[in-house]
Amino acid sequence: MSLKKISKSQPDTFEFDSKNLNEAEKIITNYPKGKQKSAVMALLYIAQKQNNNWIPLSAMKYIAKMLDMPYIKVYEVATFYSMYNLTPVGDYFFQVCTTTPCMIRGAYKLVDVCKKKISENESEISKNGKSSWMEVECLGACVNSPMVQINDDYFEDLDEEKFCKIIDQIDKNQKPKPGSYRGRLSSEPENIRKTLLSNKNA
Amino acid sequence: MLKDEDRIFQNLYNDFGAELDSAKKRGDWLETKEIFNKGRSWIIEEIKTSQLRGRGGAGFPTGLKWSFAPKEVGSKPHYLVINADESEPGTCKDRDILRFEPHKLIEGCLIASYAVNAHTCYIYIRGEYFNEGQKLQKAIDEAYSNGLIGKNASSTGWDFDIFIHYGAGAYICGEETALLESLEGNKGQPRLKPPFPALIGLYGCPTIINNVETIAVVPTILRRGGKWFSSLGREKNTGTKIFCISGNVNNPCNVEEEMGVPLKDLIEKHAGGVVGGWDNLKAVIPGGSSMPLLTKEVCDTIKMDFDACVENKTGLGTAGIVVINKDQDIIKCMARIARFYKHESCGQCTPCREGSGWMWRMLERMAKGEATRDEVDMLMDVTKQIEGHTICAFGEGSSWPVQGLIRNFKDEILERNKYDPLIQRKKEVPYLVDQHLLEKENA
Repeated sequence: MSLKKISKSQPDTFEFDSKNLNEAEKIITNYPKGKQKSAVMALLYIAQKQNNNWIPLSAMKYIAKMLDMPYIKVYEVATFYSMYNLTPVGDYFFQVCTTTPCMIRGAYKLVDVCKKKISENESEISKNGKSSWMEVECLGACVNSPMVQINDDYFEDLDEEKFCKIIDQIDKNQKPKPGSYRGRLSSEPENIRKTLLSNKNA
Repeated sequence: MLKDEDRIFQNLYNDFGAELDSAKKRGDWLETKEIFNKGRSWIIEEIKTSQLRGRGGAGFPTGLKWSFAPKEVGSKPHYLVINADESEPGTCKDRDILRFEPHKLIEGCLIASYAVNAHTCYIYIRGEYFNEGQKLQKAIDEAYSNGLIGKNASSTGWDFDIFIHYGAGAYICGEETALLESLEGNKGQPRLKPPFPALIGLYGCPTIINNVETIAVVPTILRRGGKWFSSLGREKNTGTKIFCISGNVNNPCNVEEEMGVPLKDLIEKHAGGVVGGWDNLKAVIPGGSSMPLLTKEVCDTIKMDFDACVENKTGLGTAGIVVINKDQDIIKCMARIARFYKHESCGQCTPCREGSGWMWRMLERMAKGEATRDEVDMLMDVTKQIEGHTICAFGEGSSWPVQGLIRNFKDEILERNKYDPLIQRKKEVPYLVDQHLLEKENA
C-alpha cells in the first residue's frame, strides 16, 4: 500500500471546462443507468489532465457532486490508485520503472541520471520548474527494459547516455520521440528474428 | 519450432499495421456470421475441444468458464469483462495485442459475448497503457463504423457494445473481483469467493472475465477448428502462447511459440542466449514475478507448459520469463520483487498487508548480510503465514517467489548472513519480542 499525501496549497474551486464536461458526460453514458459511479476513475483522470497533472480536493468534491456519490468515496478512490497525483508534479512527469526485470538491466542508472539532471529527491520539481520524477513499479514493457514513462509516452531500451539526451531535449523545449531507443521494431528480437520472416519481407 | 502459418498473431511485431484493412487481409472478421450460425453450444463445445486454458495466469479452462454463465438470461443482463490490466513484472504480451492485433480481440469479444449471452463488454486496461488504449479505441471506432459491432453486429442480429475502462496503476486490479470493484467505481479490493463472478459479478449480474490473449485467440480457433489447436502442444496444455523473454538475455523479445517448447530453446534461439553464455545462467523466473524461480539445472531440461511447470514446483503463470545471470545478486533481485508486492498489496487482509512489508525488509537485510542465521527459517515461516490466509491469490503471489528463493538458494543466503541468533548473543534489543528469554539463565 502506498502512502499518499495531499498538497497543502489547494485551489478553492474546480470545474471542468466545456470540452472536458462533454467528455465526462459521454463517459458516464458508457455505464448502465444508476451506475454512474463507475465513471469516477475516468473523471478523476480528466480532472488531473485539466489541472496540470494533479488532482485538488475541490475536484474530488466536484466529481462527487456530479456523480451523486459521497465525497469520501471519491477521496478513497483517489488515494488508493497510484496514478492519481495529489500534489503538483512537473509538466514533464518522469516515471522510472525499477522493478526486477528493469532493475537487472540497469534501471537504477536511470534513477541516478534523474537525481543528477532533474532533482535530488523523488517527487520534487526541478530547478527550471519543468520536470519531476519518481520510481514506479512495473510498467509492463519488460522486454524493452529499461524504460521510462514521460507523461503518456513510453521511452524504451534506454541507457544513461540516451536518457540524458532525452532530458536535454525536453529542457530545450524539443519533443523527443517515444518508442525504442535501439531502433528496433516494437518487441521483436533485434537482428536475430527467426519467426514471421515472410511478413517482414512482405 | 512452430511453423509460421500456425502462429495466430501474425502481426505481433507490427509488420503490417493494425488497421481494419490489413487485419481483414490476415483473416480477421472473415465470415463472422458463419460462426454465429453454428450456435452458442457449438462455440462452447469447440473451445472445450481445443482445451484452451486461460492465459492470464491461473490457466482455468476457458470453455468450462463460459459454460458457468446461466443458459438463459434472467432479470439481470450478462456482462463480458476483458482483463487487460497487465501488471505482472516480466509480462508484456497483452500490450502488443492491444496495439497491433486489436481486431482479433474485438472479434473475440463479439463471439465470446454471444457465447455467454452478454450484450455489453468492458475492457479494463491499465492506466499506464494510455497510448495502447487509444489504439484499441481507434480499432473499436473502425469496427463500429463498419457495422462489425454495435446494433446487429456483423449482420448477425446480435447487439453488442464495447467500452474501454482505464485503470489507474493498481496491480491488484488484475485480480478478477478487484477488477470488478474497480469497474464499479470503488477502490480495488478483492471480494470473497463464492459467490463467483459467473453468477454474481459486475453490478451483481452474471459476468465472465477473460484475459486479452485468451479472447484474442478464440476467432482463430473457431475458424481453424478446436482439433487444430489441440494438436499443438500436449494434452491439457494445448495451443500456442506468447512468451515474453526479458532480463539478462542478448535480445529480449516477445515471441509466439507452441506450448511445451523447451525453455532453453526460447532463451537460446529466440532471445539470443543468456548474457555471458548459458553457463552464466543463475536462475529463471518462468511465469511473471509471482512464480517461484528455477535453477539452471531445471532450466536445462524444462518444457514450458502449465503441468510441466507445476511438476517443477513453479507455474507457467503469464509466461513472462525473467532471466537472471550470475552477474546479478539473486537476493537483491528477490528483495526488489518483495518491495513490489509490499507496494501493491491492497491492504485488506492483515497477513498480506503486514507480511509483504516484513518479507521485503528481511530480504533487504539478507541482501546486505545483516541478518542472523535463524532468520532464514523465520522468513520461510512468515511466507507460510501469508500463503492461504488471504482473500485473494495475492498472498500466494507474494510469498511464492520468496519461498522459491529460500528453497533453491538457502546456502547462498546463509553464507552471506553468518551472525549468531540474537538469543545466543544475549544482546539487548529493545524491540525483540522474546527479550524475556534472555533474562532467564537457561533460555
